[in-house]
Amino acid sequence: MIRRRWRALQAAGVMGINRRNADYIMPLNPRRNFPIVDNKLLTKERAILHGVPVPELYGHLSTPHEIRELAGMIADKPGFVVKPAHGSQGDGILVVMEQRKGRYRTSGGRLLDADDMEHHITNALSGQFSLGGLPDQVMLEYRVRFDPVFEEVSFQGVPDLRIIVYRGFPIMSMVRLPTRQSDGKANLHQGAMGAGIDIATGLTRPAVAAGNIVLDEHPDTGARISGRTIPHWKEALHMAARCYELAGLGYLGVDIVLDAERGPLLLELNARPGLNVQIANGDGLRRRTEAFDPLAERSHTPLERVALARDLARRGFRADHAA
Amino acid sequence: MRLRHLLILVLVLSVIGTGFFVFKWQVLGFPLSADRDADTWTVEARVAFSRSTAGPVKASFGLPTEPPGFRIFDEQFISRGYGLALEGEGESRRAVWSLRRARGEQALYYRVTLFRDRGHQPERPVPRFPPVPQLEEPRASALDELVTRVRQESADIATFAAGAIRVAQGTEGGVRLFTGARPDAAAQADLVIKILHSARIPAQVIQALRLADDRRDAELEFWIMVHNGSEWVYFDPRDGRRGLPANMLVWSWSGEPVLEVEGARSPRASFSMRYTIEDALRVAEFRAQRDYPRIIDFSLLNLPLDTQSLYSILLLVPLGAFLVVLLRNVVGISTFGTFMPVLVAMAFRETQLLNGIVLFVLIIAAGLSIRFYLERLRLLLVPRLAAVLTVVVLLMALVSIVTHRLGIEVGLSVALFPMVIIAMTIERMSILWEERGPAEAIKEGIGTLVAAAVIYLVMIMPAVRYFLLVFPETLLVVLAAILLLGRYTGYRLTELLRFRALAGGDK
Repeated sequence: MIRRRWRALQAAGVMGINRRNADYIMPLNPRRNFPIVDNKLLTKERAILHGVPVPELYGHLSTPHEIRELAGMIADKPGFVVKPAHGSQGDGILVVMEQRKGRYRTSGGRLLDADDMEHHITNALSGQFSLGGLPDQVMLEYRVRFDPVFEEVSFQGVPDLRIIVYRGFPIMSMVRLPTRQSDGKANLHQGAMGAGIDIATGLTRPAVAAGNIVLDEHPDTGARISGRTIPHWKEALHMAARCYELAGLGYLGVDIVLDAERGPLLLELNARPGLNVQIANGDGLRRRTEAFDPLAERSHTPLERVALARDLARRGFRADHAA
Repeated sequence: MRLRHLLILVLVLSVIGTGFFVFKWQVLGFPLSADRDADTWTVEARVAFSRSTAGPVKASFGLPTEPPGFRIFDEQFISRGYGLALEGEGESRRAVWSLRRARGEQALYYRVTLFRDRGHQPERPVPRFPPVPQLEEPRASALDELVTRVRQESADIATFAAGAIRVAQGTEGGVRLFTGARPDAAAQADLVIKILHSARIPAQVIQALRLADDRRDAELEFWIMVHNGSEWVYFDPRDGRRGLPANMLVWSWSGEPVLEVEGARSPRASFSMRYTIEDALRVAEFRAQRDYPRIIDFSLLNLPLDTQSLYSILLLVPLGAFLVVLLRNVVGISTFGTFMPVLVAMAFRETQLLNGIVLFVLIIAAGLSIRFYLERLRLLLVPRLAAVLTVVVLLMALVSIVTHRLGIEVGLSVALFPMVIIAMTIERMSILWEERGPAEAIKEGIGTLVAAAVIYLVMIMPAVRYFLLVFPETLLVVLAAILLLGRYTGYRLTELLRFRALAGGDK
């Protein structure tokens, strides 16, 4: 039973954690480039340098006494996002929908007063959400008004696109849809749903919840998930491909949000992207990376890589012999 | 390339580890488990003689060599002013005591400590066919006649030897010619050998000591050793019975007198012995100390006892770490902190498994509720951690006091839980609880407990603890296994479940 399952997964080219760590992250992601993705302030800086659009940064805080400056930073902004620079897996992110009379309403509907906000930021600054508990910085940035395409398939929060970029090629992607269970967060660990996206067409596949159940209906809204076209898909792929040069990492998870006005914005990068994207796509990552290996031998511009990737996707990621 | 490097390293480590282990086990005789005792005999030979006038004396005494079924691990000579020289090698090993001016009753001692090792049967050389004894008449024809008689009554070498022994005990004239009027064991044994040699059967007289606890004034007995073409067979010359009893210690491989004294009268060698049960490990150590002092100098067993007991625990840590690697990277259990389960397992050693789990859950649960309460007070991270730590210690004290009051002793061992670790666990669990939901937090908590329980169950095996203390070099093999797992890129067992949806289509 175990052996049969093992063989079946191997045949499908499914990547396990050990494989990802040993054969992808270790050889392709040099340690010295990790800070670029681990520190979201640095990611933003680099992204601006490379012309990759990001949510506007309103300001950042490094020490508790700077919290006084908070009000000034967000004075004229109705909504904003509080984000620890080193937070992992969406921990510590606070999405403020609107502020009124010194009180903040979060995406989850909670009402915070200045005291609550200060406590949250202090916790984040002292490293509660960072890897290893090191002192952290807090960013205040533009709250994305997400594209209406996802309106009926997400419960509050911001749905985002996760694109796996292998040696510069966008090879697999999914959209993560917040649910009531995930408290409006687009994190699969917290109960958000992941729906695979066809690289070639930008069409969504039936979604998969964190519990690995395949279902085509959003549990909170009841709307069908598959068959939706992601707007600005080509642009999103191009952004993702450019992140390869930006971060210098050969195995990368690129998180992109679709803003109603500004189009795709780079949210964050991940040097150790999760493996659930495989379940959302019903396909193994290894199978796809192997198809891209011959292409990666020559260097291409990001635009060329996107074209090659879509081409390969159209052929079902079967390398030349199947064409 | 990198993989080959790793494989070579793994191979080298395993070879060194197992090599050392096999050497200590096979050559030095380190026992594989703690409960093995060694039957140990201390035999003291008293060599006595007397001289009425002062003058030079030289006493030569045969020493035991390679007695079958025994190993010698200690020898002492009590020489009382005599010069001592060890002469000869192998079977003819002798102690030679000498003194220029000796007078009166003299007694010298040789003490040997042996332990029983039934498997130790040193190979003895295959002899050549002995020449037929050349005798004068009438002994020649008498011997011929005895040989013929024995041959008629025998079928093979073994029965021939038994027949020869029976005949040599007879009292008729033909036998008397050899054994004399008052036959003694030496003469009888000698006749047996003569009969066997006449039939060209390799045979020799040996002398052995019958071991019995607290026996004093024992003397050596003659035994007959016959080569039956493939191996040596022992016979008791008194009744012709075959086989050397387990309590016979072969002292001399010849019939020659064990003690030869020049310059003194009435030489006598008598033996006394004592039986003790020694720890087999100590015996092995003793031997190693004598034969390979370098190696044993680097043994953990030479450390002071309290340091040793510390190491018997410390050496379990790498094993625990190895199990964590196995559970996390091969099985795929998620746990709090990488090596937290090892520490919890160490604490379980003191509390026992069930009590340990109950106490652990109790303290974590109580600490967690306190932590959630503290969250409302809006404390900064470090003071909050310190507060949780303080509360954890107080909780431990409380549990101990309450259980003591109730007359349950286990509660007292709660103090052995690594409290800082527990405080950190509570902190991490509460963040996980808030950020990822209770399900994730409880899942990791259970994973930690399961891993700790598995590690604990391995750690408490006395055999494991003993094995690592006596053969710490096996940790090199553990290290090799850990390194090898460092390149394990296969699926984790839990991933087989996690990705089951992807396996469905490929049946």
